[in-house]
Amino acid sequence: MAAEFNRVAAGEAGQPASARSSGLDRVIRIRPATRWPRLDLRELWHYHELLGIFVWRDLAVRYKQASIGIVWAIFQPLLIAVVYTVIFGRFAKFDSGGVYYGVFVFAGLLPWQYFSSSLSTGAGCLVANANLVTKVYFPRVLLPVATIVTPIVDLVLGFVVLLGMMAWFDEWPGGPQIVLAPAFLLLAAVTVLGLVLGLSAINVRYRDVAYAIPVFMQVLPLLSGVPFTLGALPAHWQWILACNPMTTVIAGWRWAVLDTPAPDAGQAGLSVAVALVLLAAGLAYFRSSEPRFADNI
Amino acid sequence: MGDLAITADGLAKRYRIGEFQASYGTLRDSLVGAVKRIGRRDHSARHHEEIWALDGVSFELAEGEVLGLIGGNGAGKSTLLRILTRITAPTRGSAEIRGRVGSLLEVGTGFHPELTGRENIYLNGAILGMKRREISAKLGEIVEFSGVERFIDTPVKRYSSGMYVRLAFSVAAHLEPEILLVDEVLAVGDAEFQRRCLGRMESLGESGRTVIFVSHNMQAVAQLCDRAILLEQGKVVLDGDSGDVVARYLQSGLGSGSNRVWPDDASAPGDDLVRLRWARVVDEHGGLLDAVDVRRPVGLQIAFRVLRAGVPVMPKLKLVDKRGDVAFNAFDTSPRWRQPSASGEYVATAWIPGNLLNEGLYSADVAVCSIAAPKLHQHFQERAAVAFHVQDPGEGDSARGTFTGQWRGVLRPLLEWTVETR
Repeated sequence: MAAEFNRVAAGEAGQPASARSSGLDRVIRIRPATRWPRLDLRELWHYHELLGIFVWRDLAVRYKQASIGIVWAIFQPLLIAVVYTVIFGRFAKFDSGGVYYGVFVFAGLLPWQYFSSSLSTGAGCLVANANLVTKVYFPRVLLPVATIVTPIVDLVLGFVVLLGMMAWFDEWPGGPQIVLAPAFLLLAAVTVLGLVLGLSAINVRYRDVAYAIPVFMQVLPLLSGVPFTLGALPAHWQWILACNPMTTVIAGWRWAVLDTPAPDAGQAGLSVAVALVLLAAGLAYFRSSEPRFADNI
Repeated sequence: MGDLAITADGLAKRYRIGEFQASYGTLRDSLVGAVKRIGRRDHSARHHEEIWALDGVSFELAEGEVLGLIGGNGAGKSTLLRILTRITAPTRGSAEIRGRVGSLLEVGTGFHPELTGRENIYLNGAILGMKRREISAKLGEIVEFSGVERFIDTPVKRYSSGMYVRLAFSVAAHLEPEILLVDEVLAVGDAEFQRRCLGRMESLGESGRTVIFVSHNMQAVAQLCDRAILLEQGKVVLDGDSGDVVARYLQSGLGSGSNRVWPDDASAPGDDLVRLRWARVVDEHGGLLDAVDVRRPVGLQIAFRVLRAGVPVMPKLKLVDKRGDVAFNAFDTSPRWRQPSASGEYVATAWIPGNLLNEGLYSADVAVCSIAAPKLHQHFQERAAVAFHVQDPGEGDSARGTFTGQWRGVLRPLLEWTVETR
C-alpha cells in the first residue's frame, strides 16, 4: 500500500532535488532577542521582491475594490482644496505668496495627503497583517516600508493634476530650485517612515494608537502650514512649527514647484534633524521589539 | 550520519500568562500599572504567572532526516516550530539551521480574497519565500496540480472552501526548500487533500530534504518520519525511532490512546447540554484494549453526561483509518434516543464486529448530536478521541488466509463464498 502511494505522490509532485534556486544559503542562528536593534541589510535585500509584492497587493486590492480608484485618489485633495479656497482664500484672504490660492493649497495638500494616508494605514500595518506575522517569517520591517511606498502612486496622480492646474492658472516654477522638489518629498517619506515604524510597533501592544491617529490628523494640516505660508506667522511660532518636519516639506515643495517664499534654512535644518531623529528612534524601537511581535499581537 | 541541518541547544520559551490576556491592553493600563509599581517600590512584584512553553529542548537533526514532533496539547510542539521558523525568539538557548528553510504553518498564508487565483499564487509564493522567477516557471504546474484551471482568474472569495484549500496547497507543494518545517497542515481539508499532503511530505522526505513535521496524526508520523521526538510540558521526553516513540506515546494515554478521561467537566468537550466524560476501547469482556485481534469484535465506549433533560440526543461514532479516510460513520439508531433524554450519565458502546476492519491504526471521532431537522447539531465532536491498533496474529483464519504479505483495503471482511464445481 505504501509503495504505490509513494509512487503516485512522487509522480504528482516530485521534483528533482537539484532544481533548487540559490536562496539565503547561509547558517541561520537563532538566539534570544536582545534589546539592541539590528539592521541586517543583506537579509533585507534578499527579501526585496517581497516588498514589491506587498506594494502590488495593496494597490491591486484597492483598485479592485473601488472601481474608480484613481478618481477617488484625486477627488479627496481636490474637494479639500475647493473648500479651503473658498473659506481661507476667498473669505479669510490668507496669504498665498503671490500664487493663485487654489493651486497653492492643492500643491500643499499633495505631500500632506501622502503623509496622512501613509501614516493612517502604516500605523496599523502589523496588526492588519497579523496572520502573516504569526505564521511566516520575513523581516517585519517590509510591512511598514510597503505602506509608505504604496501612496506614492496617489502622489504621482495628484502631481499630474497639479501640472494641469498650473498650466490652467499659468503658475510656473520660479527657477532652478525645482530640482530640490524630490528632496522635500524624500523628507516627507523619512518623517512618515520613522513615525510608521514606531507607531506600528507600539500598536502591537497598545491598540490606542489606532484611535489616536485620526485625532491628530484633524489638526495636523493646519499645524503643517497647508492653507497658509509660514511667513505669515511670528518668527518664534515659525520655529515651533518647524519641529514638525511636514511644515518644511510643504513650504519647501511649494517653493520648488510654485516659487512661493523659500523656507528659512535654519528652520529647514531643524525639520531635517527632527525627521532623522524620528527615523532612528522608530527603527530602533521597531527592530528591538520585532522578535516579540508574534507573541504580543 | 551526514552533515547536521539543525542543531538546537537548550531552547526555552517563557510566556507570561498575564501578557497573553493583556494583549489588547491599553496604554492606560500599562501606565496605571507602572505608577502602582513605583508607588509600591516593588519592581519585582508581578501579577502575571509565568509558564515555560518550552523548557530546555536540545536535539540535532542530520541532513535528510525526517523528524516527527509529537505530544499533547500545550506540550510545546508549535512553540518549538515557531522558534525554528524565526516567527518568535527563544527566551533562552540557541539553534543553528543550515540550508534554505521553508515553513508551512498553515496553507494559504496571506491569501487575499479580492485577488484572483493567479494573483494569489504569486502573493502566497512570495510570502513562502519563492522568487518571482521561480513562481512564473512553475505557474502552469501549480495551476494544473490545484485542479482549478477554469477559475484561475476569478477572485478567490468566490471559491468553494475545497478549491481554496487545493489552490493554497498546490502553491505550498511546489516550495523547494532544503529544510521544511510543517505544522499540523493536515488537520484541514478532506481526506483526498490530507492524502495529497502526506504523499507530498513522503516524496520530500525521499528526495533527501530535511523535514520537521508536527502532527497529532500518529499514523502519519509513524509512516513518514524516521525519527520522532515526544515533548511533554516543554521538555523532550523521548527521542528515537518514530514507531517506538509513537507506540510509547499511545500507551501513555497522553494522546489518542485506548483510554481517555476528561476529569474536569468544565474543560471537557461539550456544551451546556452534554459533556464528554471518558472514551475507551474495550474487548467483549469490558477489558481495556490497545491492540485488537482482527477477528474479534471491539467495543468503543463513550460516557457522557446530559446536563439538562428534554432534548433527544444521540451518540455518534466516526472511524478514521491511518490515511485519514473515514472508514465509516455510525449513529446509535436505538429508539431510546428519539425520546427526550433524561439528565444523568450515559455510557454508550458501539460494537464493531470482528473480521470487518483491516490491520492498522484506527482512530475514532466521537460525538453526541441532536437532530433539529434538517440540521444535525453536534454538542461536541472529539477528533481522535481514542485510537487502537488492529492486528492479525496470522493464524490463517482471517480473510488474508495464510498469505503473510501486505493486504490492502480499509476493510477486511470475511465474506461468505459459494463455490460450485462443474
